[in-house]
Amino acid sequence: MLIRLEHIEKTYGTAEHPVPVLHDVNFSMQEGAYYAIMGPSGSGKSTLMNILGYLDTPTKGTYYFEDADNSKASDMQMARIRNQKIGFVFQSFHLLPQRRAWENVALPLLYGNVPKKDRRARAEAALKEVGLSDRMEFFPTQLSGGQCQRVAIARAICTNPKLLLADEPTGALDSKSGQQIMDIFDRLHERGMSIIMITHELAVAKRASHMMHIYDGVLKGGDAQ
Amino acid sequence: MLENFREAFDGIRSHKLRSALTMLGIIIGIASIIAISSTIMGTNEQIKQNLVGSGSNVVTVRLYQGDYPFESAWSTVPEYIAPLTDETLEEIRAVPEIASAAYYAQRDGYGQIRSGSNALSAGTVYGVDRAFPDVYGYTVRAGRSLTESDCLNFRKVAMIDETVSAALFSGRNPVGQTIDINGEPYVVIGEFTRASDFRPKVNTLDEYFTYNQSSGGKVLIPFSTWPVLFRYDEPLSLVIRAVNTDSMTVAGRKAEEILNSTIAQENPEVRYKSEDLLEQAKNLQELSSATNRQLILVAGISLVVGGIGVMNIMLVSVTERTPEIGLKKALGARRRRISAQFLIEAGVLTCFGGILGVLVGIGLAYGISRVSGVPIFISWYIVLLTVVFSFVIGMVFGAIPAYRAARLDPIEALRHE
Repeated sequence: MLIRLEHIEKTYGTAEHPVPVLHDVNFSMQEGAYYAIMGPSGSGKSTLMNILGYLDTPTKGTYYFEDADNSKASDMQMARIRNQKIGFVFQSFHLLPQRRAWENVALPLLYGNVPKKDRRARAEAALKEVGLSDRMEFFPTQLSGGQCQRVAIARAICTNPKLLLADEPTGALDSKSGQQIMDIFDRLHERGMSIIMITHELAVAKRASHMMHIYDGVLKGGDAQ
Repeated sequence: MLENFREAFDGIRSHKLRSALTMLGIIIGIASIIAISSTIMGTNEQIKQNLVGSGSNVVTVRLYQGDYPFESAWSTVPEYIAPLTDETLEEIRAVPEIASAAYYAQRDGYGQIRSGSNALSAGTVYGVDRAFPDVYGYTVRAGRSLTESDCLNFRKVAMIDETVSAALFSGRNPVGQTIDINGEPYVVIGEFTRASDFRPKVNTLDEYFTYNQSSGGKVLIPFSTWPVLFRYDEPLSLVIRAVNTDSMTVAGRKAEEILNSTIAQENPEVRYKSEDLLEQAKNLQELSSATNRQLILVAGISLVVGGIGVMNIMLVSVTERTPEIGLKKALGARRRRISAQFLIEAGVLTCFGGILGVLVGIGLAYGISRVSGVPIFISWYIVLLTVVFSFVIGMVFGAIPAYRAARLDPIEALRHE
């Protein structure tokens, strides 16, 4: 199993006024699977995503990644897991405006201490995979929204992560650009990448191999579609 | 590491005006420190240069009654003041900082020196040993200097300086003429002048008095003939020449100690004191540098205020770049890296501000020098120190924003739009 969530609970707020967000979430995922998680805003899907991406820790329960419980991991170890095992794609791209496309892609390689001479080559390979090898030297302001998101995907995959986490990747795009992004996800899935994607568009979610729903912090479904 | 600097420069470049205004505080602080210290050091340096090679590495050691020179014309010498012996003189000459030494007695006189109908309105008679003109660095312009034989044979001969010569002989050659001191005739054997290169730059009236203590005429006679004119038990003063300008004060102190050790009295009212130009000039300078030190303090405070400005802007910068920080954390950047980015940004801001401040300060110092005529001296040590200090200020005031940035919760940071 790539991922196993056992009785995950997450509560925000103070002890007197707890705000429960996730209720007893159980979920496991094979390597190479492609899950879509659907849910309205406030349902807890982003919180789930943050826990899966080691940006947040559960209040209760255990999260196994590659069968390892990392709940006692230090800040530094969590940073290393995020850097090497997980790729993030955000709704609003989060590209650094002062950096060229390839430099944005190479950012996680920099944090992973990849030697300088390898970074450019690996960034180029990742950009090629998303069809942007001719935009290497462009700045984000010179790229369209769809191209920006493709740069962001290249950034997420250039470290060869075990898991790709995408939070509403098409949310800020027109439908045509959204289609392109979904095609890229399909290709990555075919190549064996494990993907979890959050979306509220049914059409987008249907492209995944498994679909799940989250309502008020309760996760349901997960059957292959 | 290089990448860290790039990240820091990204931050500065993206807000040029803001960064410039932030630096302004540091620039003003550093510039005022540089300008003030250059002026202070310039004046000190000038005092030294006034004395170096001027033939004025000369310190006199005289008897003082309390804070004032002992006036042997009006007072009786206390019996605990022993006459100066050859042994004491030898001991003083053996001090390593002392190049040469001579003894003398002096008497300020008004209208007691005359030649025919011409009288000297103000002058000083020195009863000297043969070495005195050399120690003082006098050069003979006409005639000859005192000889051993003059002293041993009680010859009533005198050397006069140009002031006396002008007053009594108004341009005529004084050598061979007779002058009248206290009614005793003395034959002028030579005219002397102060070493010609003693041309101190004088900026204030106080300095003028320091460098031109005795602008009245000088008449030198062999000390052996002194009792003819004045008294037998005249207390002696010493004039010593230090090996160099820096050791003037030490040389004076040592001679003073040796002389005072000959006084057979605990806490005597009358005792020897050294008076050297360097120290007197420095004392004068102390007065103005005390004010200047306060100015530096004020400038230092403005530097701290500048540092607070840096902190303020860095905090704004951290808030502004919260999503960027969040993204970097999500991509696996470690806390150390995030804090390094902001620390370096603060360091670059203050360091650059410091360097600009140095340049402005040097310009300001030159300006002050132009207007007031006070020379400046730029110490690279101070320049380095202020740049390092501004860097330290950057580190100190950058620490809190950097710490904040590193501690940001990545989720909060990413959500912040």
